[in-house]
Amino acid sequence: MTSIRLSVPQTARKDEIIELKALIQHPMESGYRRGSRGEQIPRNIITRFECLYDGELVFSADFHPAIAADPFLKFYTRAVRSGTLEFRWTDQHGETWSDTASLSVT
Amino acid sequence: MIRLSPVLAFAALVAACSPSPTTDTDLPAADVRSGYTFLTAETQAMQDDSFANPGYLWVDRGAALFGSRAGDAPSCASCHGEGLTGAAATYPAIDAATGDLLNLEGRINQCRIRHQNLPALDYESDDLLALTAFVASQSAGVPISVSTDGAAAPHYRNGRDYFFTRRGQFNLSCHQCHDENWGKRLRGDTISQGHGNGFPAYRLEWQALGSLHRRIRDCDAGVRAEPKAFGDPKYIDLELYLSSRANGLEMESPAIRR
Amino acid sequence: MPDHPAPPETRFSRRALIRLGAGTVLIAATPLPAFATPDDVKAAQQELFGSRVIRDGRVTLKLPAIAENGYSVPFSVEIDSPMTEDDHVRQIAIFSPRNPIASVARFQLGPRAGRAAVATRIRLGGTQAVQAVAEMNDGSLWSGSAQTVVTLAACVVLW
Repeated sequence: MTSIRLSVPQTARKDEIIELKALIQHPMESGYRRGSRGEQIPRNIITRFECLYDGELVFSADFHPAIAADPFLKFYTRAVRSGTLEFRWTDQHGETWSDTASLSVT
Repeated sequence: MIRLSPVLAFAALVAACSPSPTTDTDLPAADVRSGYTFLTAETQAMQDDSFANPGYLWVDRGAALFGSRAGDAPSCASCHGEGLTGAAATYPAIDAATGDLLNLEGRINQCRIRHQNLPALDYESDDLLALTAFVASQSAGVPISVSTDGAAAPHYRNGRDYFFTRRGQFNLSCHQCHDENWGKRLRGDTISQGHGNGFPAYRLEWQALGSLHRRIRDCDAGVRAEPKAFGDPKYIDLELYLSSRANGLEMESPAIRR
Repeated sequence: MPDHPAPPETRFSRRALIRLGAGTVLIAATPLPAFATPDDVKAAQQELFGSRVIRDGRVTLKLPAIAENGYSVPFSVEIDSPMTEDDHVRQIAIFSPRNPIASVARFQLGPRAGRAAVATRIRLGGTQAVQAVAEMNDGSLWSGSAQTVVTLAACVVLW
């Protein structure tokens, strides 16, 4: 169970620039830490984030190990029409998590 | 920048403490300040925004667990409805049935065993942290109000003893840092008053949410004392002393701490 | 014993002695064992942008003056751009001269963003100036940087 939190306004005026926030529970293990027995803890990170507005990619990010645990992103998009915003994370092994929010544009 | 080792930093602190004799007076109630006030504005902003504060990832998970059933067991919500507003601010508290002092984690596990016929959750498991954070978050802004009389009195005395007893290779008590030297610098940190009002808290150092007992274990390890096990009765007694010491301070869980 | 200077390898400054004494502790306490250099930042930039000219300006980074913990430092970047079809930011790349890997993150955006601003939280292996390079739709490259002091926690637990 991976916890995700999204902040998307419920409504916006057409062409308004809206603020989006996305938070996901993930250790972002850098691969540089060692365990209590001195063993290297293998890297385990999310490498890709995408935000789709009605299926169209409007923002994306590539992450390296320097992105902090439980990755947080705040970015903007222009409200063009009522629709669904999908937020999608993919880790280095190809596993994905996603969540959606709907936006009503007046 | 010279990178002082923790050992040297503590040696410096011990030296700083030594000229003035150690007192045995409690922190005056008028001086009580939340750990929040020792954070930078940026870290405070991270705590205040529930969409930036990663602690809420656990709160959400806890809310889902609270409302869901495992097998035939009733959910937490089937007894407690929407939740337990204000309850966390009164813990640790004496359990009427057994006479034991329970902290919030202990109460949740006892509920599971007694009413839900479910096994206790491990300390620091994501599920126990999530449930604890969810219940604690429902007391956010509520002043801590624990009872230290009656059956709780001996626990309070034990906890206070733990707080004032020097321990570990550094021979330091909780009191020496958090009563006598709070507000002073120790390496890059300002020494806080050591309140538990933000726990379970998301510590930057942990990169995760953790319990107050995890924090106390770090303190014990920090003075090079043997940390006690999670849920050790001595830690629950200490938790009661810490809460009573912070009586009146608003709950902040899930807080951000360094 | 004749009075002569000690050979170089045994002549320690006080600071070096402190480092020696604390050496094992420091190795265990340092979360990031290797560090990039400004050259690594150049190499990472070249990989992304070739040898195109990067000009100073239009890029504003925000970092706290003092980062309380290098594991999680609030970071934001904003590019001065109208974000129209004709004039917008295509991507923003973040670089660290002192982390194990120079590349921190890369954000792709376009006119749909409306505003070229991104905030996140990053890990910093020490006090440094973080750099951002923005690529515009006309192919021009702009950069900015911000400095932060990364402090060490008082009670580092060594396990």
